[in-house]
Amino acid sequence: MEYETMIGLEIHAQLSTKSKIFCGCSTEFGDQPNTHGCPICLGMPGVLPVLNHKAVEYALKLALAVGSEIQPRSRFLRKNYFYPDLPKGYQISQYQSESEPPLATGGSIEIEVDSHTKRIRLRRIHMEEDAGKLVHEEEYVPEGQSLFDVNRCGVPLIEIVTEPDINSPEEAYQFLSKLKQILVYLGICEGNMEKGNIRIDTNISVRPKGAPQLGTRTEIKNMNSLHNLQRALETEIKRQVGLLERGGKVIQQTMTWDAKREIIAPMRSKEESHDYRYFPEPDLVPIEVDKQWLEKLKADMPELPTARRRRFVQQYNLPEYDAEVLTASRGLADYYEECVKSGASPKMASNWVMGEVNRVLNEKKITPQELSVTPESLAELLQLVSNGTLSTKIARDVFAEMVQTGRRAGKIVKEKGLVQLTDRGKLGEVIDEVLAENPDQREQYLAGKKQLLGFFVGQVMKKTQGKANPKLANQILQDRLRG
Amino acid sequence: MSFSYPEGQTSGATQLPAYELLAKISKGEITSTQVIETLLGQIEKNDQQINAYLLVLRSEALEKARQIDRKIARGQKVGKLAGIPVAVKDNICTKGVRTTCGSKILENFVPPYDATVIERLKAADAVLVGKTNMDEFAMGSSTETSYFGVTKNPHDPERVPGGSSGGSAAALAAGEALLALGSDTGGSIRQPASFCGVVGLKPTYGRVSRFGLVAYASSLDQIGPMARNVRDCALLLQVIAGHDPCDSTSADVPVPQYLSALRKGIKGLTIGLPREYFAEGLEQEVKSALLSAVERLQDQGAEVEEVTLPHTEYAIPTYYLLATAEASANLARYDGVRYGFRVKNPPNLDQMYRRTRSQGFGAEVKRRIMLGTYALSAGYYDAYYLKAQKVRTLIMEDFQQALQRADVLVTPTSPTAAFKIGEKIDDPLQMYLSDIYTISANLAGIPGISVPCGLSSHGLPIGIQILGRHFDEETILRVAYAVEQNVNWPSTEEKTKKEM
Repeated sequence: MEYETMIGLEIHAQLSTKSKIFCGCSTEFGDQPNTHGCPICLGMPGVLPVLNHKAVEYALKLALAVGSEIQPRSRFLRKNYFYPDLPKGYQISQYQSESEPPLATGGSIEIEVDSHTKRIRLRRIHMEEDAGKLVHEEEYVPEGQSLFDVNRCGVPLIEIVTEPDINSPEEAYQFLSKLKQILVYLGICEGNMEKGNIRIDTNISVRPKGAPQLGTRTEIKNMNSLHNLQRALETEIKRQVGLLERGGKVIQQTMTWDAKREIIAPMRSKEESHDYRYFPEPDLVPIEVDKQWLEKLKADMPELPTARRRRFVQQYNLPEYDAEVLTASRGLADYYEECVKSGASPKMASNWVMGEVNRVLNEKKITPQELSVTPESLAELLQLVSNGTLSTKIARDVFAEMVQTGRRAGKIVKEKGLVQLTDRGKLGEVIDEVLAENPDQREQYLAGKKQLLGFFVGQVMKKTQGKANPKLANQILQDRLRG
Repeated sequence: MSFSYPEGQTSGATQLPAYELLAKISKGEITSTQVIETLLGQIEKNDQQINAYLLVLRSEALEKARQIDRKIARGQKVGKLAGIPVAVKDNICTKGVRTTCGSKILENFVPPYDATVIERLKAADAVLVGKTNMDEFAMGSSTETSYFGVTKNPHDPERVPGGSSGGSAAALAAGEALLALGSDTGGSIRQPASFCGVVGLKPTYGRVSRFGLVAYASSLDQIGPMARNVRDCALLLQVIAGHDPCDSTSADVPVPQYLSALRKGIKGLTIGLPREYFAEGLEQEVKSALLSAVERLQDQGAEVEEVTLPHTEYAIPTYYLLATAEASANLARYDGVRYGFRVKNPPNLDQMYRRTRSQGFGAEVKRRIMLGTYALSAGYYDAYYLKAQKVRTLIMEDFQQALQRADVLVTPTSPTAAFKIGEKIDDPLQMYLSDIYTISANLAGIPGISVPCGLSSHGLPIGIQILGRHFDEETILRVAYAVEQNVNWPSTEEKTKKEM
């Protein structure tokens, strides 16, 4: 029997504000444990939270980007549970009910599936604070003990919940890539899954294709990479389908993904049976979002990937593929546009940015903005190619040197005497030499072995240390050999 | 009928009102050091019996007093409360000074920060003399739930001082303090003020920063001033009131000059008497003391009208659902993980939580945590918490309407004078009823003040409560001042003047 899969995702994304959501502590990742704490994020007696408005602004940017309905007034609630990484014994969060709307509801994100566009609807975007971290496994932790690190306590999070519109692990992957791209484009999340910037939980159910009712869903927690998400979903689909095939039933439960062993296992029932006793947080006033604020945010919104991709196709006359690659990150797209603005031809710039530039970025694991070759500098190099001063081959060498030394193309070309040989007379002399030195090949060519043209061009290049203009060399060679 | 402090409990400088001492200190007629020394002498003499203080900052207070004296001697500018001693309820965080909330669970807790009100007191050059006893986590009306033992009422040591700010009230009544801070969630400033014969004001919700006040019920808690007379109470309010960016619920509303307001008199003010507050449960002598005070207000030109607050009977149940719900979350942080009491060698995390909290909290606190947890539980939320919120809105509207007609409302502060220690401690419902007239002001967020207006047949003080409009502390202070100036016994000021 054929089955269909329904997947809903619940994503927690860390907002990249400088300070925490309810106090002034730094959100810096990777520092020594317990270096970013204060009485407020430690939940000491008598302290009060004060909302970081930058965090609200960041969340609103996402809401605007995905077309969510923004609530003019929403509240924070307390989500009550005991755990040692939760200093107050409650998490300040939001909720979704008739009386307690979250910051934003609805909206959607488009993904590409089998070369058509599919819309994944969002249920809500809400704000909350992160919990701290418990450390058990490091060697400095005594046996049977846990240590508490406050650094992450109170880092601002947004929770993004989708409708169960996702029908395959591949679509889930696409959705997350797209979401991550938007988050990074908006400059509101670093999007680094290894650092825990984005964390994913998922609901999943299967049913015989066309069945009127939804299947029983399970929840999977703890997937910290796109790869793990895909693997976990694949495994769970197989498990659920297997159960149904054998006439069994799926039980509604929470599972956890063990990335090391690549298995899925139910969580202990105790860990999932919570009554969180939500109620409005009396220490904070409601979040009020007025029109003025929204208008200001809208005016400051960066162009989003999809819009930018479409514009690149139109404005620069680029193939879809180029536009897609160039707009994959805001940094790369900015780099490309700067380069074109500085005088490079759009298609040539595209080839170079997708090729040489991207290769170096990947090798060095750096961002376009960290590259020693500025977009202006690349444009200068490309102009030398367009006007025939440099061959593409030589330009590549020059680029490599620019990457290493950070010097400008013009200087390198001048110093090394790399200017392309385009003088008909001079090039003719070299060609005559080559023909004279290789009489056998010349005979063979004239006898019809036309593919030897490449050999002659190669010889010319060798003699000129690659400086000969290949087009011109070709032309003169063909002229001479006609004779 | 005459009102006096118990024999031998006040002497010398500390009998003067704070505002007079303030003038004398700044003129160099008396030093802050002398005032503090006298006060410390009073504490030493009386507090063994009264148990108003959980901690006396003897050397710190003297050091601070000397500093201020030096400043004054050099002619430097000093703050609004320069050299005046202030006692602080032990649920208000004081940097480097143990803050227990009257609980075993915070027995050794030393906050690394000052509450905003403490910062303001320090900036005003006030001298912190000590931390006062209270019902554990401010949950109680008698100071009997304190882990550190009950505080005695200076008027009759067999009786309670009221609560939860019983330590602050008793310290004032026993001459062990000139000014004190309390906190009021359902009457915790006003009811002990009434029982101890002193003045206590609960400001409008949002008037005084709650930052550093250990939370009991966040939407109801307010810190407020307590003093031996209305002027001193106004003086202290002036220093602590005002917007604080560290408390999102504090209001950015201008703070008027309270002291100058007192002189305005009450001519032309309309005083509302809520009909529901004179029903059953009100002791006859409390009622007559109150009514005679009201007559004297009329004599001074106030008009009296009966008003109605129809939802009064729901105030206590509403309060005990909302306050306990908030408390159940507010007190979740006392889990033994980061600070405070933790049981030794629990076998696992669950047992660490259970045992720490079972042993760290007293019976009343546990009762309220359980009540609040229940009220918020799935399936009960709508019937209890949500419904209570709706009733709270109705109660607020009652007051809005009543205070459209009347400038202030006048009511008893508590149905009875101070009761005996042990009399109600095993009967929570009886205990809760002693706040029946004060609780509504917290639900409505309006300001209220209790000021002495007479004595019972046992010689115990009886308080009158004056409630006002949001952020209109000015008018309730005016009326309280008028009550104070016209009581049938020599007021504290007059009495001390005679004795000097």
